[in-house]
Amino acid sequence: MFRPARDHRLDLSLFLRSLKFIAPAIKVTVLLTVFALTFGLVFGLALAVARVYGNRFAATAAGAYSRVVRSLPTLVVLYIFYNLAWVAFRVGGVAAAVIALTACTTAYQSEIFRGAIQSLGTGQMAAARSLGMSRATAIRSVIIPQVLRLAIPSWSNEAAIVLKDSSLASAVGTAEVFRRSQQIGAANRDYLTAFLAAGLIYFCLTFITNRVLDFAHKRYKLKT
Amino acid sequence: MAGPILRVENLHKAYGKTEVLRGVSFEVAPGEVVVIIGPSGTGKSTLLRCINQLTPPDQGRVWLEDVEITDKRTDINKVREHIGMVFQDFNLFTHLTAIQNVMLALTKVKRMSPAEARAKAMLEMEKVGLVDKAGLYPAELSGGQKQRAAIARSLAMDPKVMLFDEPTSALDPELIGEVLEVMKTLAGEGMTMLVVSHEMGFAREVSDRIIFLENGAISEDGPPEQFFTNPKHARTREFLGKLTELYGNHGGPRGGRRKK
Amino acid sequence: MNLSEAGTLEFMWGILPELLKGLEVTLQLTVTSLIAGLVLAVPVSMVRTYTKGPLNWLATAYVELFRGTPLLLQLFIVYYGLTETGIVLDRFLSAWLALTLNSAAYQSEYIRGAILAVSEGQLTAARAVGMRTIQAFRWVVFPQALRLALPAWSNEVAYMVKYVSVVFMIAVQELFTRGQGIISKYFRLWPTIIEVALIYIVVVYVITRGMDYVEHRFRIPGLETRTERREA
Repeated sequence: MFRPARDHRLDLSLFLRSLKFIAPAIKVTVLLTVFALTFGLVFGLALAVARVYGNRFAATAAGAYSRVVRSLPTLVVLYIFYNLAWVAFRVGGVAAAVIALTACTTAYQSEIFRGAIQSLGTGQMAAARSLGMSRATAIRSVIIPQVLRLAIPSWSNEAAIVLKDSSLASAVGTAEVFRRSQQIGAANRDYLTAFLAAGLIYFCLTFITNRVLDFAHKRYKLKT
Repeated sequence: MAGPILRVENLHKAYGKTEVLRGVSFEVAPGEVVVIIGPSGTGKSTLLRCINQLTPPDQGRVWLEDVEITDKRTDINKVREHIGMVFQDFNLFTHLTAIQNVMLALTKVKRMSPAEARAKAMLEMEKVGLVDKAGLYPAELSGGQKQRAAIARSLAMDPKVMLFDEPTSALDPELIGEVLEVMKTLAGEGMTMLVVSHEMGFAREVSDRIIFLENGAISEDGPPEQFFTNPKHARTREFLGKLTELYGNHGGPRGGRRKK
Repeated sequence: MNLSEAGTLEFMWGILPELLKGLEVTLQLTVTSLIAGLVLAVPVSMVRTYTKGPLNWLATAYVELFRGTPLLLQLFIVYYGLTETGIVLDRFLSAWLALTLNSAAYQSEYIRGAILAVSEGQLTAARAVGMRTIQAFRWVVFPQALRLALPAWSNEVAYMVKYVSVVFMIAVQELFTRGQGIISKYFRLWPTIIEVALIYIVVVYVITRGMDYVEHRFRIPGLETRTERREA
């Protein structure tokens, strides 16, 4: 099952051809990541608010979801939600992968936002209520704007993780960057070159993600 | 009279273009307590750090008894064993309890057995009045207790001379007294001490000599009476006046030490 | 017992031994790659903190490349890629090597962060009592750095238990792989995947509690920090 060792010098033209073959899949990887992160942001915020400000039932349910999902490997969560998506909505492919990745990052993002809300303390809420705001208004216009800014560094970290974890969607057949690199690797009978090309792409993507969010962090940092 | 225990000759030190020390020379006799005062930024701390080579001077020589510290061939670590140093912000080892702080150099540098080191460390803890706090970590001690533990850590090495770098500057006013009390006891026991401090009460009461450092050079060097009552330079008088203004009676020439 | 037709609970009970065998492999990979990762991470973090020049660049490149690409890709490079260059490792060894290299990159960052968090004054004070730089590092800076890195490190333990499942992709027989094997053998998706999930939940819970205990045990007032990977 092991191929015999052969003279293996990195062939630049093969490398470039591999890159070219994989390139269209960058769109898929980015879409997977962006959608999962965005939905995860919305649901994660909702769960976090439910945990801090919700009634006992909402807080417990939100906490349990987060606890359970964070105890499971991403691969297991992907597998469960990929199948659920099929059972419940009859969707598969990229949509199901987005649903599964969202389910996962929602739990982690809810922790990030919960931490940020708690670090705000109770003073902000008290001040908003004393001005006559309802709880909902206070959460929407006082708490959340601050929480989003406070959370940027942790969120940036989560974004890079989701980007890298999107490669696991290849396990359920999504033709993203990693999957495409496997295909070209098999076609050329040269996996190393194909995977190095994929590595370069991932590295650039995480690099850009980090830079952009660093910039956002500097730009929107709360001055105290 | 025996020769000096510490001899500093023509020390120069510059950071980039800023000359911090420009030719400082003095001697310290055994058992002498010398207080160095002067406006901030005149190189007092740098001077102390040049003595034990934590900051290597650009020029000049330093002797501990007849060993030239500044000589390249001298094993500086050996010399530092004999020069105790107490820092403004304590620098207690955060991961060790008070007593372990005192023991560490005894076991690792002096190669004592743990039992020996513990006994020795306990003795020093007793001297600084911290026996009941020996098992606590630095974060659990008050500032005054931290500084006393730091003094014990230096003392345990049986130093020939001790350097104090503004030992009370980082302390809340009510904690200064307990540290000065320990230093006073040390002075009484004949320890040779070189103290950078703004505590005029201590300088007046305990020191044998006061050195006034200004712009990297010594402008006044003499017994405290002369320094407080009849300074050579107008600048010294001005500085003392400022201190009185800043620290009130406590810091001024007539001030007594603040009690707890 | 015919598991294909057994009742749900009976089925779940029946497959437990098989899954536990998988768990054993998962734990073996976790423990060995964490320890080997730590051993590698210490020199890497020291090189990055204390040296300049080519060695530093090399260490930095290693850490950044491994943190900037998916573990899955690293695994495939080790398993398929190295084979092409003539370095032939079996599945388990490939899995172990990829996990180790990946974890070492992250662990080195925790340690480096912790070394940098130890204040300058600690080193100065150690030098002032006559310690050599090496001694000062060994007895003062390093022990503090380890304590500071402990919360991040215990998080890394939980992280690794979960991420070992990625080696399913090269068919190493760990917990998740065995689960998949059972599913394709008996076509009973939900009972199997739920049981696998339950096992992970229990294991991660035990690890989290265990590491809480370790952290509490080695707690030093005044030495605490944060982490980079996802917290379980």
